[in-house]
Amino acid sequence: MLFAYILRRMVWAVPLLFAVSLIAFALISAPPGDYITSFAATLSQSGDIVDQARLDALRERYGLDQPFIVQYFQWITGVVQGDFGISFEWQQPVGQLIWERMALSVTLALSTLVFTWAVALPIGIYSAVRKYSIGDYIFTTIGFIGLATPNFLFALVLMYVAVAYFGADVSGLFSQQYQDAPWSFAKLVDLAKHIWIPVVILGTSATASLVRVMRANLLDELHRPYVTTARAKGLSEWRLILKYPVRIAINPFVSTIGWAFPQLISGAVITAFVLSLPTAGPLMLQALLAQDMYLAGAFILLLCCLSVVGMLVSDILLAVIDPRIRFR
Amino acid sequence: MSTTDMNTKANTTVLEIKNLSTEFVSKRGPFRAVDDVSLELHAGKTLCVVGESGSGKSVMSRSILQIVDPPGRVCGGEVLLHRHRTARGMGEEETIDLLKLNPKSSAIRNLRGRDIAMIFQEPMSSLSPVHRIGDQVGEAIRLHERVSKKEARERTLELLRKVEIPRPEKAIDQFPFEFSGGMRQRAMIAMALACNPTVLIADEPTTALDVTIQAEILDLIRSIQKESDMAVLFITHDMGVVAEIADEIAVMRFGKVVETGDVYEIFENPKHPYTQRLLNSVRELDRPSERRLAMREKRPVGEPCLVSDGVRKVFGASKSWFKKEVSGGLVAVNDAYLELRTGENLGIVGESGSGKTTLGRCLQRVHDVTSGHILYTNASGQELDLAPMSEGELAQPWRDIRTVFQDPFSSLNPRMTIGQIISEPLIVEGKLSGSQIRERVYELLELVGLPASAFMRYPHAFSGGQRQRVSIARAIAPNPRIIIADEATSALDVSLRTQILDLLLDLQERLDLSFILISHDIAVIRYFCDRIAVMYRGRIVETGDTEEVCTTPKHEYTQSLLSAVPVADPRVRGQKQRVRYHEAT
Repeated sequence: MLFAYILRRMVWAVPLLFAVSLIAFALISAPPGDYITSFAATLSQSGDIVDQARLDALRERYGLDQPFIVQYFQWITGVVQGDFGISFEWQQPVGQLIWERMALSVTLALSTLVFTWAVALPIGIYSAVRKYSIGDYIFTTIGFIGLATPNFLFALVLMYVAVAYFGADVSGLFSQQYQDAPWSFAKLVDLAKHIWIPVVILGTSATASLVRVMRANLLDELHRPYVTTARAKGLSEWRLILKYPVRIAINPFVSTIGWAFPQLISGAVITAFVLSLPTAGPLMLQALLAQDMYLAGAFILLLCCLSVVGMLVSDILLAVIDPRIRFR
Repeated sequence: MSTTDMNTKANTTVLEIKNLSTEFVSKRGPFRAVDDVSLELHAGKTLCVVGESGSGKSVMSRSILQIVDPPGRVCGGEVLLHRHRTARGMGEEETIDLLKLNPKSSAIRNLRGRDIAMIFQEPMSSLSPVHRIGDQVGEAIRLHERVSKKEARERTLELLRKVEIPRPEKAIDQFPFEFSGGMRQRAMIAMALACNPTVLIADEPTTALDVTIQAEILDLIRSIQKESDMAVLFITHDMGVVAEIADEIAVMRFGKVVETGDVYEIFENPKHPYTQRLLNSVRELDRPSERRLAMREKRPVGEPCLVSDGVRKVFGASKSWFKKEVSGGLVAVNDAYLELRTGENLGIVGESGSGKTTLGRCLQRVHDVTSGHILYTNASGQELDLAPMSEGELAQPWRDIRTVFQDPFSSLNPRMTIGQIISEPLIVEGKLSGSQIRERVYELLELVGLPASAFMRYPHAFSGGQRQRVSIARAIAPNPRIIIADEATSALDVSLRTQILDLLLDLQERLDLSFILISHDIAVIRYFCDRIAVMYRGRIVETGDTEEVCTTPKHEYTQSLLSAVPVADPRVRGQKQRVRYHEAT
């Protein structure tokens, strides 16, 4: 039953991914002009004389004079074979440029997600069970502050504190000596030393909202008849809360993975700038500004894929947790 | 004589409740939900606690095990469990005062579910939807006894077999939502019986079930009680059920016990005026209203005004894109032929899922009809077929045919004042000016017996019965000719049911209305309806004069339905032969 459900969801993901790729390509070709236009603008700004014939030749070389649908098909056939095209600006294959950055982004997003869950779940449960207790008020207040503080501001504050009081090296994800070094265990340890700052920064606001979600959900479930039934059975208070209402209140919590994933990556752009993280965000922003369409397209497509995968993962988790979904 | 009988004769008191009080603390000060209640439970006997909603009977039962939800708090009294008198006792004197134990202590947790077990009203929501039946039942065993997982599973299977759940090997790994209501309640009972409790507290265990299933569950409880000599505290508002199973009765009102006694004594010789009134309203219901009979003498029933001719309604059918045929789906109403005559009250009776509500909605053409005709004769005598009509054409018929719904709590918008609620259909109609509408609403309020001051107030300020009056006022606002009352009295206490039905009769006389009353409650139909249609699985299996059908039912299903209805007289207990109906497949 469960296997069939997962298979069905996977099959559905395929047309969804196709539609998403089309939209991604349409979006990056939507702004007026193309890379050549912005290239010409840069050239004329620096005083060079722009030769129209040369621009047209360039346009033809990159296939930019073709109609939209032809361009899309050239692009997508490449993508399917693993070739994301050439970045105009960097004059390098897109694949080379993005993989490491994407991998770091995903690592950062995953660590943040784990951090968020590990903090939000117990606090949410505590706040609901001890509603209006001092602990609840304290967590609620901290939560609202976390929710209201812009990430980049919090990043600046945390950086200042880390540097001024702990003398820690806070910018980037690696120390100087590992910057361009090949992957090794020591580099991994170094990454772990650096990654906690962005994780805490990115995690706080998500944690705050998840605590609220968990608290509200659990409050709805705590007075349901099945809780009374379990109590009448003789279960101890904490065991019954963890076994019954939490299990049901966690549903909407799990659904948040779907959107938390892409949000963590695209929402992290400003923080990534502030902390000068070598992740995907800053590069994507630059590519969009320069109308470097293949590079930007690859990023947007990967982000969309991440959302689709995130949704898939959360749907499968939901089905594992809640049999009612499985059987429909 | 068996040991069970001996114990029953000996009248062993196993649980004593002395001066129990429970308070709900709010900002306006404490409210006593249970006030100085003293009761005794005897081994092998059933004590029925009767009372209307809000009488504190449920809170009282929860106070025994100290599982009242906050802000409720047990504030006085004693609950003595005489453990030495039960099978679990070690021979020496062992009396535990449950109220002295900390509600979170392991001492009271060990007694919960082992010595005293509970079953609840809503079998749907009282079981966790995401845990398997076997897990939930087996948990009760593993909590109180040191047994291996395998052993617990064996015992669970045995319990499921005992409560007559078919194919227990499969059922044990199923989820509650795969079960019907009756099966869920059986699983609840299995869970309660897991550790052979001395006392079983059953809080309205059959209220949410159909009568035929109710009869089976009552049988089950009774047979288990006989086997194990369990004392049962049975909470209900249904006098029929009380007459069926009680040995002793306690009547509760406003948190106090007003009368206790032997079942025969209370039914034949009630002392407290409240008990008398309660019994009267039950007895009044089970026969035709004299008022209605008198009304029919004066003004006989006329020609058919709403006819359902071969109406069929299929839900979730997948229509093929190319062909016009319909396949699959759930047939909710199957070729229903029914006619309502002017000035008549027609009852549609059936169990849950029989399609009675769907038929009602089809008749009003709120639902589309898959096939068939709905012939409505309007005020000018013209016959219209409502089935193929578009929304625009239905505007007038919708004013003529109106509905009163079951739940007076959720069918009124809590953010609208009573005045706004009642005037809404008039505003939609758009015939009257603002001040005329206001006048009409005051007139309607008076008609349904509500004070004019209700106009500016919100629904939450009113009781269930008063809210149902508001629903009725809203229904009759645009001068309808037909009212479809869908379980309009089911959510109300017995004493209020007759009041609402009398109000409907009153309106019928004044406003020349015809009624369709949809109900699962035969007593209500018998009181109110001239004719009755019995529905079973989407089909109308029998129609006829109410008294005729009730006294000499022809179809086997009607017979089984009637035989399952508990009669509010303990003397006829066990004399009625129950007929079970199984559809030939």
